[in-house]
Amino acid sequence: MGPYATSYVLIGALMLFGAMVGVAPLVISAWLRPRKPSPLKNQTFECGLESKGDSWVQFKVQYYIYALVFVIFDLETIFLLPWAATFHQLGLFAFLEMIVFLVVLVGGLVWAWRKGVLEWK
Amino acid sequence: MIQPITETIEIGGSEQPLYGPRSYQVLSGNDLGSQLLEISMGPHHPSTHGVFRMDVVLDGEEVVKLKPVFGYLHRNHEKIAENASYLASMPYTDRLDYFCSMTNNWAYAHAVEKLAGIKVPERAEYMRVILAELTRLVNHTALVGFLVNDLGALGTPLIYAFRERENILDVFEALSGARMMCNYMRFGGVRVDFTPDILKRITHIVDRYPSFLAEFEKLLVGNDIIMSRCQGVGVLTKELAIASSVTGPMLRASGVDYDIRKVDKYGIYDRFDFRVPLGDHGDVYDRLMIRFLEMHESLKILRQALKQFPQGGEHINPEVKLRNFRPKAGEAYGRIESPKGELGFYLISTGGNLPYRYRVRPPSLINLTILEDMCLGEKVADVIIILGSVDIVLGEVDR
Amino acid sequence: MNDLIHLIAITPWAIALVKIGVVLVIMLGLVAYTVLAERRIAALIQDRRGPNRVGPFGLLQPVADGVKFLFKENVMPAHVNKIYYVLAPTITLIPALLTFAVIPFGSTLGGVPMVIADLNVGVLWIFSIASLGVYGIVLAGWSSNSKYPFLGGIRSSAQMISYELSMGMSVIGVFMLVGSLNMTRVVGYQHDCWLVFKQPVGFLIFLVAAFAETNRLPFDLPESEQELVGGYHTEYGSMKFALFFLAEYANMITASALMVTLFFGGWQFPFIGFAPNHPMWNGVLHIGIFFAKLLCLMLVFIWVRWMFPRFRYDQLMNLGWKVFFPLGLANILLTALILTMQAPR
Repeated sequence: MGPYATSYVLIGALMLFGAMVGVAPLVISAWLRPRKPSPLKNQTFECGLESKGDSWVQFKVQYYIYALVFVIFDLETIFLLPWAATFHQLGLFAFLEMIVFLVVLVGGLVWAWRKGVLEWK
Repeated sequence: MIQPITETIEIGGSEQPLYGPRSYQVLSGNDLGSQLLEISMGPHHPSTHGVFRMDVVLDGEEVVKLKPVFGYLHRNHEKIAENASYLASMPYTDRLDYFCSMTNNWAYAHAVEKLAGIKVPERAEYMRVILAELTRLVNHTALVGFLVNDLGALGTPLIYAFRERENILDVFEALSGARMMCNYMRFGGVRVDFTPDILKRITHIVDRYPSFLAEFEKLLVGNDIIMSRCQGVGVLTKELAIASSVTGPMLRASGVDYDIRKVDKYGIYDRFDFRVPLGDHGDVYDRLMIRFLEMHESLKILRQALKQFPQGGEHINPEVKLRNFRPKAGEAYGRIESPKGELGFYLISTGGNLPYRYRVRPPSLINLTILEDMCLGEKVADVIIILGSVDIVLGEVDR
Repeated sequence: MNDLIHLIAITPWAIALVKIGVVLVIMLGLVAYTVLAERRIAALIQDRRGPNRVGPFGLLQPVADGVKFLFKENVMPAHVNKIYYVLAPTITLIPALLTFAVIPFGSTLGGVPMVIADLNVGVLWIFSIASLGVYGIVLAGWSSNSKYPFLGGIRSSAQMISYELSMGMSVIGVFMLVGSLNMTRVVGYQHDCWLVFKQPVGFLIFLVAAFAETNRLPFDLPESEQELVGGYHTEYGSMKFALFFLAEYANMITASALMVTLFFGGWQFPFIGFAPNHPMWNGVLHIGIFFAKLLCLMLVFIWVRWMFPRFRYDQLMNLGWKVFFPLGLANILLTALILTMQAPR
């Protein structure tokens, strides 16, 4: 097994251990804790009143628009990272190439900005 | 025939009557079919300053409807007072605005003195002014701490504020035996005389308070986050403030020059040289600043009062029979400028030992009625600081 | 001692597992004591005493808290989506621990590199795993089926992804200078000069984004107590709440460790080549230096929390998208420009 694969096996092991850290306290406390549910205790918290209406509503779209814009620009970041890592070797051409890429994306940002997507209303 | 008042004012983008109940249309946010969320904030909420509820309808972060609901702390104060002797109601007034029992006492004593025509000795007047201004310091310092706490600063400014407040409460305790429920004023004076030690302690507090205020202001007033959070938020216009009979620092933050200490000159306030700070914008930041400026003015009054403090004299009018107190039949409305606004007591006497009618004009409650008009169109986080800037104490709102 | 090392050296898998175990134990210990430190420092700032009853200087407080959390009744509100409700705290905690995998927390100790997995795409691993942390919080908010958590969850979904973007942008300059995505190489590059001096704007953006990503004041809007009661964890109690709590501090540690690695020279001693002769002690010293730097940055996190009021949500989003994001782009362009100018023709 090469060092490359070894790293990922180790990460897998860490994931396993991490999951144990996350789950073990819940399991241990499930053995130890008392269990006395009552309808009053199990009510939804709404500042001492009974909850009115549904809380799973189709909420304001603004929150999700950010998510949409994010997906686009996060991809950009991913593309930028390998470029950044090999920047030294690539030289002027790659620089100009990336400038074009960035300009296109900045154009997108400006468009979104002008469109008012980034403005919280 | 009385002409109906038809003046209107624009609030939250719609024309509303300036006087009387306003009705707001709840507008759905947009045509994308997004739904509104109806939340009740309170009574069990970290920052409603007591058991107070706001039924809020949210469109995203924005408040499109808000209904204040109070009465959770109703204790039947007025009716109890009608079945208790005049003096027995004095301790009850402590529990109205439990942050400023001294001014509550004074307002009630003032009303009774007006009703029975009692004269207050000069020494007692000075003591009352000193205690009232100390109470104003207590209230405003704590309020600034609470307001910044509402802004999300986790307790640090609040604890700094409380540290200074404690010093004043220590004096109250030494005077009356209680830190907050002082029950100190009596009809025609105060309960016990100042000792020289008390005066020395008050002088010490007044001397070192400016340095605390300077530090506090340096930390808070110029803070970028506080400015961006408070400025232009929760604006209360002059017209609306007057039409809603808002009083106190809130009214003055909207730029209306109305301070009962200046208007009525009750007690001996005409002997002191002080100014009434006014705001320009009527936003939360102005209300915060007004509190700072008023504290400076209070310190000014305190310094003068301590300087002029008479050497001898009675601390209470000896002719007043507190035990079997029976004012002659009549009615009186006594009001003072409490730290929160106009605190008034309305009394009707039939000549007996019980008041026939006893009514409180609580500044907190009346200032609170304007809450919805200030909050509409603001963000949900702003609701909290607007409520904080109104400066309510639920004991007084619900009585 | 040497014999023991040789014994372990012949079983590399055993070493790796020991390393993982030790890292996790250190992480959890650090989390527990950061909570205590936060309370003590808050008390110091606020002119109070803080917890000082349990054990000397309150040092056993985390143990007492842990025991208490274990014995707390688990209240499961009736209307929650049970699977996601239970899963959410775990999902929040695990990514915080996983991110530590690629961070070199020391040079070598007895010939063993002090990093769990020296991935050549280290930073990609960090960002991909850190993104998963959002799911836990969003799921917690959504599955609680209650209005305050719902608002907190939906706020965090937009806030955390926005600042993740700025965070990603801010480090690109670093990797342009270093020429590799491997974290060990990043540390090696900073032998002469810390990257914070070469990439000050990048560091600034990263620091702010780290506050937003870890939901700490002044960016703790998903759980902003004053308006949303507890935000996404309003409906959580007992051990499940404790896991959220652990996750918050674990995230803080990870963010600090990242900053140490990316901007403050990792395990290297500042400026002077200070090295004891014995390689063993040298390794220990490097680990010590790394954690000392880490603790300093944690102190900044704690200090800021008790000093500042909170931003409003719209201000936060505007800051993220209209200030830090363009600033990050400008930083990349500037770095690229300077590097191209300097490059030998």
